[in-house]
Amino acid sequence: MSILINKDTKVITQGITGKTGQFHTEKCQEYANGKNCFVAGVNPKKAGEKIFDIPIYASVKEAAGETGATVSVIYVPPAGAAAAIWEAVEADLDLAICITEGIPVRDMLEVRNKMKAKEAAGGKKTLLLGPNCPGLITPEEIKIGIMPGHIHRKGRIGVVSRSGTLTYEAVAQLTEIGLGQSSAVGIGGDPINGLKHIDVMQLFNDDPDTDAVIMIGEIGGPDEAEAAQWCKANMKKPVVGFIAGVTAPAGKRMGHAGALISGGADTADAKLAIMEECGFKVTRNPSEMGRLLKSLL
Amino acid sequence: MKIHEYQAKELLRKYGVVTPRGIPCFSVDEAVKAAEELGGNIWVVKAQIHAGGRGKGGGVKLGKSLDEVRTLAGQILGMQLVTHQTGPEGQKVRRLLIEEGADIKKEYYVAALTDRATQKVAMMASSEGGMDIEEVAHNTPEKIIKVFVDPLVGLTDEQATELAKGIGVPEGSIAKAVDAFKKLYTCYMETDASLAEINPLILEGNGNIKALDAKFNFDSNALFRHPEIVAYRDLDEEDADEIEASKFDLAYISLDGNIGCLVNGAGLAMATMDTIKLFGAEPANFLDVGGGATTEKVTEAFKIMLKNPKVKGILVNIFGGIMKCDTIATGVVTAAKEVNLSVPLVVRMKGTNEDLGKKILAESGLPIIAADTMAEAATKIVAAVK
Repeated sequence: MSILINKDTKVITQGITGKTGQFHTEKCQEYANGKNCFVAGVNPKKAGEKIFDIPIYASVKEAAGETGATVSVIYVPPAGAAAAIWEAVEADLDLAICITEGIPVRDMLEVRNKMKAKEAAGGKKTLLLGPNCPGLITPEEIKIGIMPGHIHRKGRIGVVSRSGTLTYEAVAQLTEIGLGQSSAVGIGGDPINGLKHIDVMQLFNDDPDTDAVIMIGEIGGPDEAEAAQWCKANMKKPVVGFIAGVTAPAGKRMGHAGALISGGADTADAKLAIMEECGFKVTRNPSEMGRLLKSLL
Repeated sequence: MKIHEYQAKELLRKYGVVTPRGIPCFSVDEAVKAAEELGGNIWVVKAQIHAGGRGKGGGVKLGKSLDEVRTLAGQILGMQLVTHQTGPEGQKVRRLLIEEGADIKKEYYVAALTDRATQKVAMMASSEGGMDIEEVAHNTPEKIIKVFVDPLVGLTDEQATELAKGIGVPEGSIAKAVDAFKKLYTCYMETDASLAEINPLILEGNGNIKALDAKFNFDSNALFRHPEIVAYRDLDEEDADEIEASKFDLAYISLDGNIGCLVNGAGLAMATMDTIKLFGAEPANFLDVGGGATTEKVTEAFKIMLKNPKVKGILVNIFGGIMKCDTIATGVVTAAKEVNLSVPLVVRMKGTNEDLGKKILAESGLPIIAADTMAEAATKIVAAVK
């Protein structure tokens, strides 16, 4: 088992004909069962054509209807990416994974509220992972996104992080000491996103094939604190926590009013303290994440 | 991206929010002429820099005659204005705003910003205008009223009225405050702002509501669709090295320490900085070379880091995913040779083509110190600069 995706998942690629989409689709196809997983691409101007043997359809809805795919991965450039997410939601997919970096915040606000309105009206709920994320992988089964596949091993540890390369760092440390991963999930670095730490922690908690989790966060926003509070009451598995940005200058990217609204819980020190209080084994040394986790098993 | 107060007010007026009449100036003569043109017998001479706290720092003065305006403009223009946001060296004042005086009966605070937790737009208001809002939030949080706006609906009359009543706007001026809040919200959304703050928003003796000071930040992801906002950019107010870095698509922020770091990925870059501190030194910068680093980019990154005279050593930390370690290694070697690198360099490489990368570094003939983990790399660079 794993969370969200496995070797039988069928995937549509939105933005498959762009440079980034092509490059990563080929890598994803080469990984484990990828050949059978990546079944469709979308580009209204190139419908009917094929790329890497993958048929291209005019819309996500048509691609899903023809192939039975339930997941999409989005490489569409920033200006059109929120519309691409909405297309996946309107097609009633289970999960949309948006890799695109640089989407205007207002576009994300609008699409997230449209998604919530659709659910509130009784429509099907589509999960969103990202944007601005590396995607997710279930090692030796399927990889959807831009992470280097070869550093992963199949196993029983979950990894969740806002940062791409920091996810790879944690995964590589685990692999090096002989611990494989059930799934590794990058939730992305944007302020307005889909799945948050708390959602992924719930999934790992419910997954019988995940024994422990590394949760990695960053400065800014309330998400890690919320996840920690949830874990305190519900998490049945050991968690190692790390927060990047102890040395990051305050207010460099966020206006002071932004820090105000999240109530001062968004410095690295504050988050580390809350995570520790909620029973996480936290470290201030990112080179120790893997070994610390092993000591908990 | 930040803009000046006079530009923020120009935007607000475009959306119908009332502000005092004012004219931006670049010289003392222009300032006197502006005061003449505005008329009246009292003027405010305001330093225009991007940092807040200008009043406390002596950058905002009242002139009661044209001669006084001339004297004040002469004092403020060209001064190094030091505020709690500029750092001890201050920021040089290059622009002024000359404004008509206002009849202030009461000062309020209002702002719009994006709330991550609710994924809505938060509109906040307070009866404690003219003060540092962080202090108000800390000392008297009950004096801040918030409503969360669904971007699909917009700020409703009910929400705007709740804000106006909540901060004690008198009955006769509520409709005017509601109107100002709604216009501020529209301005915030349509310009893709990330913060729009009016502090203070004033009630005048005649019951009118006016924006006496304003501050805007904009979402840099959305600037591509706002050439009118980009035109407001003032490079004099930004860090020269950060501008240089952005030309090469490098995310760079200068810090106070003495170890330069070059990393791929924002999270790993912060983690690397944290590790340097953990092992007893301080990072000189944040530098994310991104996912598609080329030799040219790495060379520019080295040049920018080395412009900082405090840098006594450099730590390169690369997790090769899409970016291959051999590409980065070639870039590092080329860059080190091109800039005649004379400070210690520690390189830690992991991931795709790791062995090939390490081989290129080892055979370069350069005194590069190799490390296997972030902790080892930090230990080695800290030792090398001591």
